[in-house]
Parts: sequence; C-alpha cells; structure tokens
Amino acid sequence: MLHISNLTKRYGGQIALDSVDLSIAPGERVALLGHNGAGKSTLMKMVLGLLAPSGGAITVAGHAPGSRAARDLTAYLPENIAFHPALTGREQIRHFLRLRGRPASEADGLLDKVGLADAARQRIGTYSKGMRQRVGLAQALIGRAALMVLDEPTSGLDPVSRREFYALLDDLAANGTAILMSSHALSEVEVRTDRIAILSKGRKVADGSLSALRAAAALPLTVQLRPQPGQAAQLAATFPEARQIGEILTLACAQSDKSEILSRIAARRTLIEDFDFLPPSLDDIYVQISRSAA
Amino acid sequence: MLTRILSTFGIEFAIALRNRWLSIAVVMMVLFSLVLSVAGSAPSGEFGADRLSLTVASLTSLSVYLMPLMALIISFDAIAGEVERGTLPLYLAYPVSRGELLIGKLAAQLVLISIAVCLGYGVAAAVAFWFSGAEAIAGLPALWRLVWTSILLGAVFLSLGQMISSLARRPSGAAGLAIGLWLIAVVLYDLGLLAAIVADDGGAFTTRVFPWLLVANPADALRIYNLAASDAVGAASGLAGAAQSIALWKPLASLLLWVILASGLARLAFGRVKP
Ligand SMILES: Nc1ncnc2c1ncn2[C@@H]1O[C@H](COP(=O)(O)OP(=O)(O)OP(=O)(O)O)[C@@H](O)[C@H]1O
Ligand SMILES: [Mg+2]
Repeated sequence: MLHISNLTKRYGGQIALDSVDLSIAPGERVALLGHNGAGKSTLMKMVLGLLAPSGGAITVAGHAPGSRAARDLTAYLPENIAFHPALTGREQIRHFLRLRGRPASEADGLLDKVGLADAARQRIGTYSKGMRQRVGLAQALIGRAALMVLDEPTSGLDPVSRREFYALLDDLAANGTAILMSSHALSEVEVRTDRIAILSKGRKVADGSLSALRAAAALPLTVQLRPQPGQAAQLAATFPEARQIGEILTLACAQSDKSEILSRIAARRTLIEDFDFLPPSLDDIYVQISRSAA
Repeated sequence: MLTRILSTFGIEFAIALRNRWLSIAVVMMVLFSLVLSVAGSAPSGEFGADRLSLTVASLTSLSVYLMPLMALIISFDAIAGEVERGTLPLYLAYPVSRGELLIGKLAAQLVLISIAVCLGYGVAAAVAFWFSGAEAIAGLPALWRLVWTSILLGAVFLSLGQMISSLARRPSGAAGLAIGLWLIAVVLYDLGLLAAIVADDGGAFTTRVFPWLLVANPADALRIYNLAASDAVGAASGLAGAAQSIALWKPLASLLLWVILASGLARLAFGRVKP
C-alpha cells in the first residue's frame, strides 16, 4: 500500500531523513519509533505530500503522494492537532465528511465511537487536550481509509481511551487498512503493532517484527527466582551470579543459555518456590538499538 | 467539487458569524450610511438632482474608502490564521484543492460584505424616501449600481487580502501589509496622481496617461463608473465633467478585470504556502 525508497530530506544543510526505505502492506500495522527530532513527522508529511522530498520516491497504492487519488485513500492525524476554536466538534466532523464526499450524517456515529457524543455540540475551544485528540481520531476514521498515517495518535489520551483506540485500529487493520503510526509509548506499541521501524538521526536503524528485533538486539532475558521459605541463602550459593533484591534472586540469561539455566533450576527445584523468564522489553531493545546505531 | 466549496463556505460563514465580523461590518456600513444620508440635507433642487442621487454621490466616496478597508480586515487572517493555528496541514491532506478552499472562503466573506452593503445602503435609501417621498425613486438605479459595484470592489480587496495573508504567513504581518495596501491603493495613489497632474500642468501626462492610471485603480474605477453612469450623481458630486470624459466601459472593465486578477494572485500566493 505504501512504498518508500531511498527517501531523503534536507532542511538547508541539515539532513532530516537519510535514504530511508519502508513498505507497508494492506492490513499491516507499523510503528515508527525514534528520539525527538529523529524525522518521524517529516517522513509522514512527505507521505502525505505536504513536504517535497529532497530525494527518493514514495508511492501510495501506486499514486504520487499528495495526488488526488492518494489523498482520497489516506487518512492523517497530525501531531499537535488543532481546530478552529469557534466550531463545535460536530460541525468540524460534518465538514470533514463532506470534504471526503461522504454524508454529513455519519458524524454522530463517528463522535460516538471516540466517546465525544456528549460534547459534540460544544465549541472545540472549550475541549480538553484529549478531547481535541479524539476529534482528530474521529476525522481519521472517516470512510475507512486504505492508508492511515497517525503521528503520535495516543498522546493526551487516558489509558482507557488508548485501549479503545487500539481496538479501533485492530478492527481497521483486520479490514485491510495499512497503518503507519509514530509513538513514544513503547509498551503500547509492543503489543499493538505487527512491525516496528526505528529512526535515529534520520536513518532507519531497525525494521522488523518485535521478535526479530529482539533477536537482533541479542539482549539477555531476565530470570527471577523465588526461594522456598528459609532456603534463600542456599539458593544464592548455587546461583552465585544472581543479585538478590528482597526475597527475589535476579540473573541475566543470554538467549542461547536458556536451556542450561532451565536445567540448573530443575536440579534445585526443592529450593525454589517459583521462577520467571522475562524477555527484554521493547524499552530495552530500543535503547540497545539506538545506542549501537549512534 | 461543489459540495466541498459549499461546505467550506458554510464553515467559514459560521466562523465569521461567531467572530462577530458580520455584526461589525453591518454596524459600520449602517452607521456611516445613516450619517452621510442624513447629513446630506442640502435642498436638492440646487443641483437639479433628487435627494437619493445626492446621497449616492456621498456614498460613492464611502464605498471607495470603506469597502477596501472592510474587505482587507475580513480577509487578512484567512490563510495566515490557519497557518498559525496549525489547521492547514490537515486540510491540505484532504481531497480538497487549494482553489476550492480559497473559493469557499472568498464566497463566505463576499456574502458577509454583500449583506453589510445592502443593509447599509438600504438604510440610506429609506432615509431618502423618508425625507423626500416618491421623488427619491429617480435615484434608485444609481443606488443599485453603487451596491453591485461596491460588492465587486469588495471582491477585489478580499482576494488581495487573501494574497497578503498567504504571503505574510503570520496574522500580525498580514495585518500590517493589509493596512499598507489600503493606504497605498485608496490614499497615496490618488495623492500621487494629483501631484503628478500639478507638476505636469496640463501636459501630455494629464491628457494621455492620467485617465488610464485613474481607471487602473479599482477604487478609482468604482468612483468614476458611478459618477459617470448617472448624470444626477455626477452633477451632485461636481465631478461630472472629469468623470464623463472617460468612456463608461473602461472603469467597469477595470473592476471586472481586477476581480479576476486579484483572485488569480491570491491563488498563486496560496499555492506557495508550505504547511
Ligand atoms: N521546517 C523545518 N525547518 C528546518 N528544520 C526542520 C523543519 N522541520 C523539521 N526540521 C528538523 O528535522 C528534524 C526532524 O524533525 P521531525 O519533526 O520529523 O522529528 P520527530 O521525529 O517527529 O520528533 P518528535 O518525536 O519530537 O515529534 C529535526 O532535526 C528538526 O529540527
Ligand atoms: Mg514528530
């Protein structure tokens, strides 16, 4: 649905994006991660045709970005979304619907979907930040776009609304919408996307599923052991490499050593009440990849 | 295309209503028209003109100064305001063209100005009928001419305001440019012509170049057209001779050309705005 190859953007002498390749298939949810100023918003604006690339190519379902056909297919949620404060949420969404050639009567359903039914007839100037963000989501949901470009869509949303938002995305992706979203909330992205691309200083430093990134980062798992009452000292002696935090013994375990550690645990199972293998979190992987790229 | 323009028109008109632009414009027009039509209480027989034609002569000056100012005030924020609020990128990501956006905005602002002009000059007509009765009917065609040419002049300066708004990209800058444009177009331009005529002392400039320069300015074109098209109005203004030396079609063509030219300039300037 979206193909980006060799995309480069320069602002004056400064390089904001450097030969980035990225493709998204229909129904795929891709998260774009990166530090502040990494180039995420810049990439998205070029996908929408709002900025002209300095080099490289973009196609949206075969169409040039910003062309009429591409704009018909694409929904956009800008970061720091803003609306005219004198309009009500309902008027704004009805206007956006008509601009897309859809009946304005769909507005109430959309506002209900994002939990704004009660505030629909108030002026947007009176809305909270999260409510404005929801108006933004509502307009992005118009007409089930084939490609959704969402710049930090969950910023300002409370935890419950985030969950509802991801449920909406799952539904769209299941119906074939390709989704590109940027985020700084790694724990959400971890469970809610199919693929993760990481930008660092304008270069793409990683692109793959979470498990692929995990393997590439080669970070150790964390093993936690809870001793049987009174056996803590003895257990600590048999796992000298472990650190003791309160009751719990914690040790690092390389991916390749998993079975060895497991058999050591099995051999001492009389001393152990419970144990856990914790995979590295996306936070850890992200820090590792960004650091090794720097 | 029509749906998108109409929807933009509706949204812009709602915003203008809530910003009180309509009330401000109407109050301005009605107030000035009222003052001018009541103050113009000289016995009408003196000029051989009916009372309404007399009023139209003074309202013509009002249009020359106030229409450009009002139009610029209403339109200077059109693009710069969207840029500053950050609402432009989303609109430009929608399947709506920049031309459609501009036309929708222009239409809303034009309707606003038209309402103000019709109400203001309607009040002037009512005053004339009140004081002089049926005799004022003689001045109605002149008043009607003034109404629609004023709306054309408004359209010209609305588009110029949109152009300025696109070029400045910030509302404060756009406001400054708008005031500058108004001063140049309706004050300094005429002063400059006057100075040139005085210096030229009846030479080639006065006879050949001056009439064209006069017609080329849309505000002057409105004045000339209205004074020349009606004998009574021309007589009342005391400028009949000067105005009638210019063929009637020239100022009208100038006004119409300016409407097209200004909207084209606005579209060009808006096309260069990067969100
Ligand atoms: N209009 C501009 N002129 C000059 N430089 C710009 C412009 N817009 C962005 N940049 C630069 O491009 C780089 C990428 O910016 P971008 O907004 O894409 O970052 P981002 O990844 O979206 O960051 P954030 O997480 O803070 O939203 C930054 O170094 C920024 O300074
Ligand atoms: Mg950003």
